[in-house]
This record gives sequence, C-alpha cells and structure tokens, in this order.
Amino acid sequence: MNALTPFLPTIAALVKIGLLVGGLMTAAAYLVLVERWMAAWVQDRKGPNRVGIPLTKISLFGLGQPLADGLKIIMKEDFTPRHVDKVLYTAAPLVILAASLAIFAAIPFGSVLPPLGIPGLPDPVPFLVAPGLDVGVLWVFALSSIAVYGVLLGGWASNNKYGFLGGLRSSAQLVAYEIPLGLGLLGVVLAAGSLKLDVIMNAQAQSGIWYAFAQPLGFIVFLVASFAEAARLPFDLPEAEQELVGGYHTEYSGIKLLLFLVAEFLHMVTAAFLIVIMFLGGWHLWGVTGSSQEVTWLGAFLRFGVLSAKIFAVILFFMLVRWSWPRFRFDQLMNLAWKVMLPLGIANLVTVATIEEFRPQLIERFGAGPAGVIALVAPWAVFFLGWIAAGVLTPSGTDNTPIRTHTMLDAERSLREPDLVEV
Amino acid sequence: MKPTDPSVTWIEEKPLGLAERLYLPLFVQGLTTTARHLVSPKLTVSYPEQRPTVGNPLIYRGVHRLNRDQEGRVKCVACFLCATACPAHCIDIVATNSPWPDREKYPESFAIDELRCIFCGMCEEACPVDAIELTSLLDLTGKSREEMIFDKEKLLSVYDMTKDAEPMKSASLGGTL
Repeated sequence: MNALTPFLPTIAALVKIGLLVGGLMTAAAYLVLVERWMAAWVQDRKGPNRVGIPLTKISLFGLGQPLADGLKIIMKEDFTPRHVDKVLYTAAPLVILAASLAIFAAIPFGSVLPPLGIPGLPDPVPFLVAPGLDVGVLWVFALSSIAVYGVLLGGWASNNKYGFLGGLRSSAQLVAYEIPLGLGLLGVVLAAGSLKLDVIMNAQAQSGIWYAFAQPLGFIVFLVASFAEAARLPFDLPEAEQELVGGYHTEYSGIKLLLFLVAEFLHMVTAAFLIVIMFLGGWHLWGVTGSSQEVTWLGAFLRFGVLSAKIFAVILFFMLVRWSWPRFRFDQLMNLAWKVMLPLGIANLVTVATIEEFRPQLIERFGAGPAGVIALVAPWAVFFLGWIAAGVLTPSGTDNTPIRTHTMLDAERSLREPDLVEV
Repeated sequence: MKPTDPSVTWIEEKPLGLAERLYLPLFVQGLTTTARHLVSPKLTVSYPEQRPTVGNPLIYRGVHRLNRDQEGRVKCVACFLCATACPAHCIDIVATNSPWPDREKYPESFAIDELRCIFCGMCEEACPVDAIELTSLLDLTGKSREEMIFDKEKLLSVYDMTKDAEPMKSASLGGTL
C-alpha cells in the first residue's frame, strides 16, 4: 500500500483510454489506405504505392500515405463560408467525433489480462475502459444516436442545399435503420441475458456456438442495419457524391472535414466491433483461445489477436461490398427497412424469445443434447422461411415507369385542364 | 413526344425471378466478381520505371520531327501547307531561296510551339513532301516556355534520334523518300 493506491484504477483507465484512442486513430488512418488499396485492386489498378519514409526515396508499398494524407488535409485552409451558422458549424464535427470515440468506452477490445497482483487494481484486468458499466449496449446505441446529431447539425448549419439534403436523408435513414438494428441486438441480449458486451462474448465462448449460427436471421438483419448506420455503400445516401456533391460535409474543409471523415471511419470500425462481439464470438475461436476466464499472458494476447483479426476481416468485407453493389434508391432503402428488415427482425426476436422461454421444458423432455439441436435448427428454419417470404411478398421498389395507357392519360388531362375534355 | 405516341416501342422489363427476389444469389455473384478482380493482374503502368507500350508507332501522334532526305538536307520545301492546315497556329516558318537546284525555297527557320500544338496530325497529312512527321515520343517535358518552342535544329535532331527506331512513314507507306 502506498499513496498511489487509491488512484490506481484511474491510472489504469487512463492508460487504456490512451492505448485505445491512439490505436483507433492510427487504425482509422491506415484503414483509409486499405480502403484505397481495395478500391484500386477491385478496379484492376495498383493503388497508392509511392509514399514511404519522408525525405528518402524508400517507398514501403505506400505505407507513408496516411501521414501524407493527414498532413495535407491539416495544412489546408480551414475555410468557414460567410453564410453558415458559425456555432453549430463548428460544433458539428466535434459532436460527431466525440460521440464516435466515446462509444469505445463500453466496447471490449480483448478478453482479460492475467492477474497482475498489484493491490488496489481489480484482478484480472479486463480489456475494457469502463468495466463496471452494466448498460454497455445501451451506451453504445445512445452514443451512436448522438453521432447522428453531428450529421444533422453539419447539414443544417452549412446553409447549403446539398448539405441540407444530405442531412435530411441521413436522419430518415438512420432513424429507419435503428429499429432493425435494435431488433437484431435484442435477440442477442435475450439469449445472453446481459447488456454487457464482455458478458455476451463470454456466453458465446462458453457455449462455443456464436450467435451468428444460433440466430442467423438476427445476424443478417443486424449486418444490413449496421451497414446503413455506418452509411457505407450500398446505403451511403447521406453523401451520395453523384447527387449531393459531399452531402452534409459539402461546406467543410481542412481539419473540420478531417474530423468528419475520421468519425465516418470510426462508425465503420464500431459496426465491425459490434458485429464481431455480438455475432461472431468476439475473441473466441474453437481450439485456439479456450473459453475460461483465467488466462496466461500468451492467451490474453492471442485473444486480442483473434478479435482484431475478425474485426479486420469484417472491415475488409465492408470495403469489398462497397465495390460490389450499387447504391439503393431512396424508396428502395425505405422499403428494405420497413417492409423487409423490420418483419424479419421481429420474427427473429419472437423465435429467440420462444426458444429461451421453453428451453428448460425442452431439456426436461428431450435431454440436454437434443434440446440444443432443436434450439439450433428452429432459428434456421425460421431464417429460410422468413427470407423466402420476404423475397416473394415484398415489392423491391416503387414502379415509376411513365403512365402510357389512353385512359390513364385522359384522366390525367381532365385533372389538369378540365374544360378541354368532352363530357 | 408523348408516351402514347404510336412510334414509341415499349420494351417491358422482365419480371424478377425467384433468385433475383431472394437477393442472396445476386449478392454472391457480385461479390465473386469483385473478389476475382481483387486478385487479377493489374493494368497500371508504373510510369517512370516502366514505359507504356505504343501500339503502332506509325499512327501514334507524339513529338514532331523534320525529316532529312538521302543527302542529309531538310526535306521541307517551305510551302506553308502545314502552317495553313494547323488549327492551333503553332507552326512558324520563314522561307528563303533554296541554295539547291532541285527546289525553289527552303525553310530558313522552322519553329513549332509544342505547348500550343494539339497533336492532331493535320500538318503531317498536309505535307506534300512528307517532311514533317509525328513520332511516338510521348513524354515531352521542359522547364520553360521558351524551351518548348522547337526550332529547325531541334526538329531535325528528333529525326536523327528516332530514324532508326521509326523509319520514315512515307517509305513504308509508299511515299517519296
């Protein structure tokens, strides 16, 4: 015991925050490079491969590119147009970045460290900034909703039609897709019985069945909704370049634009974290990581590595999808949210709730093994049935072909020029 | 024209099949296409280290050259047809009496402003004696505007530089040598 002991948890939290924010910012910078590489490779180009160590001629496959990109955008003039609402215009990028960074307080980035034996510190030390937070999932979703404010404020304060349209689309899209997102999530919370993300990971590690396999419908609904929440293609309507110039950040430049872009990348990283933690088993990998709470140093870093690898794979999937699919039209976007994803999400929730409710009776009746099989097969049956029903029953969009029958045309004309039509 | 006009033929969109309505088969199809391109050979030419290949030097329109005849004299007869044909007005010729018996005039100076030139090849087409030609040299750079105005000596030196790699087009195309 010494004078430092009472402050140890605070110091530990600060160290974790430093590591996490540093890691995230570096990761965001390098993910931009990865994104550009993927874009280039998919288009049969080579991508950035020139910038290496500054002031030398060594080009490490273009690994110096993030530094050059960052320097360039920071050195650019931070121009504030005269027609903007200055307070909101400045606040918007800060809101969006602060919210997307604060989300990570509740997101575990590994399992636990082995006991350090330092008095005053909780043992074992979890890879989580706020381990005591009982409402981790709620915190994540509350803050990701606040990030929407950044988009809205930016679009509104810019006093620009493109920005405004981008903000409007964004609000409609994000509000619509929060519902399937929440429904996909509820199934997991119900099955794990906790709102803590580390408990959700542990539950999957203990049973060895990732929730993506136990709740396929929930996984798909959550995956699609998180693409929409991160505003990635095919759901990038808020900033559709071909239609809206830059969308809500049309009027931004210099470091404020950088904050927006970093926040956007962090949304994608957050989405990848949530997908991996809630549906793809987090740090768990069969036969590699084990599933107990007691770990060695090697095991702790192995789990960290598995989690990072999974997240990176999901991010690569995000980037690959960007070049595989065209953007949805707005009516198709809304159709998908309200007529497909919402019913599928509810179907998943009902299935999971039913299984969890009757699990004790099933085990009592059939024994533990067959009951587990039933609990696995039933969601898959619901998945296939629901998917086919959604495909067959729901319209893929509004029919917007021109009216071309004579009767329809006459009816239209009588509405416009009533006295010209013979009665 | 109205949608009901009899001359309009309407082509109906095919109704979506089950695979298309289920979305997943098309998704997998799209993803395999992108994944295939992800690993396919790249088309990029890393320029300074790697030279782009010129398909057919005979029809490539790069830097100009002034051809020499068999005695090493400039072939140009200062007829001004190229300067007249030039849409960018980048050719400047000063003609004088020829010292040789086989022609009346020859260019005392012959300058092309390569910065004004649009590389359309009209000079080459206009020339009655196949004296001006476009080579396949494609990287034309300079440090000043003055440097980019090519005079007669420089244009002749371009010929000396490229004559082995690219024989006079007129020869292979049956023109005068």
